[in-house]
Amino acid sequence: MADQALDGAAPRPLLSLRNVNMTFGGVKALKNVSFEVLPGEVHCLAGENGSGKSTLIKVITGVYKPEAGAVIDYDGQSYSHMSPVTAQASGIQVIWQDLALFPEMTVAENIAFQTVIGRWPRLVNYAEMRRVAINALQRLGVAFDVDLALHHFPIAQRQIVAIARALVGEAKLVFMDEPTASLTQSETDYLLDIVRNLSASGVAVVFVSHRLAEVLEISSRVTVLRDGALVGVYPTKGLTQSRITELMTGKTFDYSVLHRDLSRSPAMLEVERLSRPGEFEDVSLTVRRGETLGITGLLGAGRTELALTLFGMRKPKSGSVVLDGKTVRFGSNRDAIAAGVAYLSEDRLSLGLIQPQAIADNMVIASLDKVLSGGFISSDRKRSLVNRWIRDLGVRIGKQDDAISTLSGGNQQRVAIAKWLATDPKLLILDAPTVGVDVGARAGIFEIVSKLADSGLAIILISDEVPEVYFNADRVLQMAQGRIVGEFTPGATTLQAIEEAVYA
Amino acid sequence: MTVLIERVRNALGPELAGPFAAFVAVMIVFGFAAPNFLSRATFGSVAFQLPELGLLTLAMLLPILTGGLNLAITFTANMAGLTLAWVLQSQGGVDAGTGAFVLGSVLAIAVGALSGLIMGLVIAYTKAHPILVSLSMMIFLRGLGEFLTRGGDVSGIPGFLAPIGYGSIIGIPVPLLIFIACVLIWHVLLTRMKLGFNTYMIGSNIEATRYSGINTRKVQVLVYTLSGAMCAVAGIIMLARFNSVRVGHGESYLLITVLACFLGGVNPFGGFGRVIPVFVALVVLQLLSSGLNLMGASQHLATAVWGILMITVMILRWLAGRLKFLNTNRG
Repeated sequence: MADQALDGAAPRPLLSLRNVNMTFGGVKALKNVSFEVLPGEVHCLAGENGSGKSTLIKVITGVYKPEAGAVIDYDGQSYSHMSPVTAQASGIQVIWQDLALFPEMTVAENIAFQTVIGRWPRLVNYAEMRRVAINALQRLGVAFDVDLALHHFPIAQRQIVAIARALVGEAKLVFMDEPTASLTQSETDYLLDIVRNLSASGVAVVFVSHRLAEVLEISSRVTVLRDGALVGVYPTKGLTQSRITELMTGKTFDYSVLHRDLSRSPAMLEVERLSRPGEFEDVSLTVRRGETLGITGLLGAGRTELALTLFGMRKPKSGSVVLDGKTVRFGSNRDAIAAGVAYLSEDRLSLGLIQPQAIADNMVIASLDKVLSGGFISSDRKRSLVNRWIRDLGVRIGKQDDAISTLSGGNQQRVAIAKWLATDPKLLILDAPTVGVDVGARAGIFEIVSKLADSGLAIILISDEVPEVYFNADRVLQMAQGRIVGEFTPGATTLQAIEEAVYA
Repeated sequence: MTVLIERVRNALGPELAGPFAAFVAVMIVFGFAAPNFLSRATFGSVAFQLPELGLLTLAMLLPILTGGLNLAITFTANMAGLTLAWVLQSQGGVDAGTGAFVLGSVLAIAVGALSGLIMGLVIAYTKAHPILVSLSMMIFLRGLGEFLTRGGDVSGIPGFLAPIGYGSIIGIPVPLLIFIACVLIWHVLLTRMKLGFNTYMIGSNIEATRYSGINTRKVQVLVYTLSGAMCAVAGIIMLARFNSVRVGHGESYLLITVLACFLGGVNPFGGFGRVIPVFVALVVLQLLSSGLNLMGASQHLATAVWGILMITVMILRWLAGRLKFLNTNRG
């Protein structure tokens, strides 16, 4: 690989791991893994959930001690294992997905608090903290108001604050765990620029991301893990999204567009000039029985607002909605559900499912009337209903009474879909259904969606990942600034053309 | 057979283990320490004291399950008791008939429910914090009650009410029967009815529940209304036991009801908790105070021991949690 990375002499790696093994309770989390990062490169660590990415990071940062025999060479020194203190002191920094920042404290305090901890005199020098913070931000080429409390900033800028904090610790190697998971495309571009600056200034960045487009854009090499074992190290040049997916999952996926002409199928939903000023305006669209209509566009384009209005949770200012031939005007989402509209929230963790509660309860919550017997909840009926959906949608669970939070993202999303199917919907709105779902499990979700469409359901699929709607919808609408600005037919238009239109 | 055991275990639930262990511990300790502990007299005193605290605890339980709190329970009970007392007085005082009692009880429950309804509406629509809303209701009711009674007692209750406070049917005290009936109603409400199901869901995540098509406002309003109505039942029994009502009576129960819920395994942040473990926890608390009483300790010491018990339970739960954590980590 190294000869590919630079001309002539192979550079000495900054970090080089060999023979790393980790076992948790009989399960081998890492099997003889080796890993290498060159100074100043952007290296991507790819793999599904449970493939060992986090475990590997934790070995490198000293959280876990690998089994005997492991060799960790870092910056000219050799270790059998790291400790968190050594790792930090020698310039290894991690930016975890949750950022671990303090929302109520100022930017300066967030960035520089570590520099003042434990120093004598035990007084806080705010002027010094501001100076350190401004310096760190300058290195990233940004200027924020460092006296403002962090919660005033959008998530993308908090991410940058977290990076700045890592730089204060004189980082040589920065791990970023899913840094773009909650960012919009433009925010992501901004972050990727920062990462490039960082790399240009000599800091090596290990980038962990589910979004393969970014991986291809930002990194020079990709290390792929699967089931705790190294699949290989690949130069990014020459890789494609589908190739990485294949390497990560070990399966080949059939990427083909749907190619269904449903123009003669009767309309299930007809929206005419629907408006909610400030959110979306003049939206007209039709979804037919058995059709999957994709809606894409950047975050803030009004997609979710439109979906919530169709779901009765917001009232339109003007325009009309006809569902299955009848004009509808919903007073609340209860009316919408009764009329046959279901909405799978983009935010599964806080709006889609009730995380601490049981799998079974989450599944029946929207259709509780179906498990009543003489006005009382029948546990037998509930059990059999839940069993049916678990079987039909292939949800893998332990016990029905386990908390939904014990399931993987993909299985949770299947439960969420089952919850809505149990209400016998005519129209199913899926808002970003694959957020936080493994690449391998995404295919399973879309398999279900395609079966549902075949059974006559009308489906609206909302996603900011263009390939997702391209390969899984019959038609694609593009939204921007609250309006529908384009309509595409996958196959007739290329994926690239749509992506260019969306990200323009 | 295993199905039966499984069913019994499901019905009892894991929350019951703690309170039940405490129950066994209290029985053993006092059984040895106080020779006359395991007697009819002990259980008689427990059976007569349990219902007041118990009914108020039931009134506290529903709001806690939604992630809220009802700090107005004791004064709502007083207000309901006053309502009944006034109706009886206006119908001849000591000579009032059963008709007046029925009318008075219905009005008392209506007053209790109204107090809850107002709190529920304010909490559901303004999204104000239940602690603040119920605290406001509490001082409103206290002020109103003291104003109306001029801080004194209202007495003059017909004799036929005494059995509600002191009587027994086939050896079981009437107040205990009323309490057990209320426990069963709450148990069915929470395990078998839509309202109960939605109460738990709201307690864990009200927004996700609303997105699932549940009328969360209606659930909150109903929960506080039922809580108020349950306070009224407590108020009626308190009237029958003391033969009079005074605003402020039972005030010291307020925080004990919260602790009894937690001792019964109710999650302080809402979403989880069952009636039966709370019932057992209440029995434990009463046994503890009766046992100490028998040993000649003062009532004040009994309250102190309740405090120690709660703290011990928190520490034991933490230890149990750690053990579980270590086990799962080891795989």
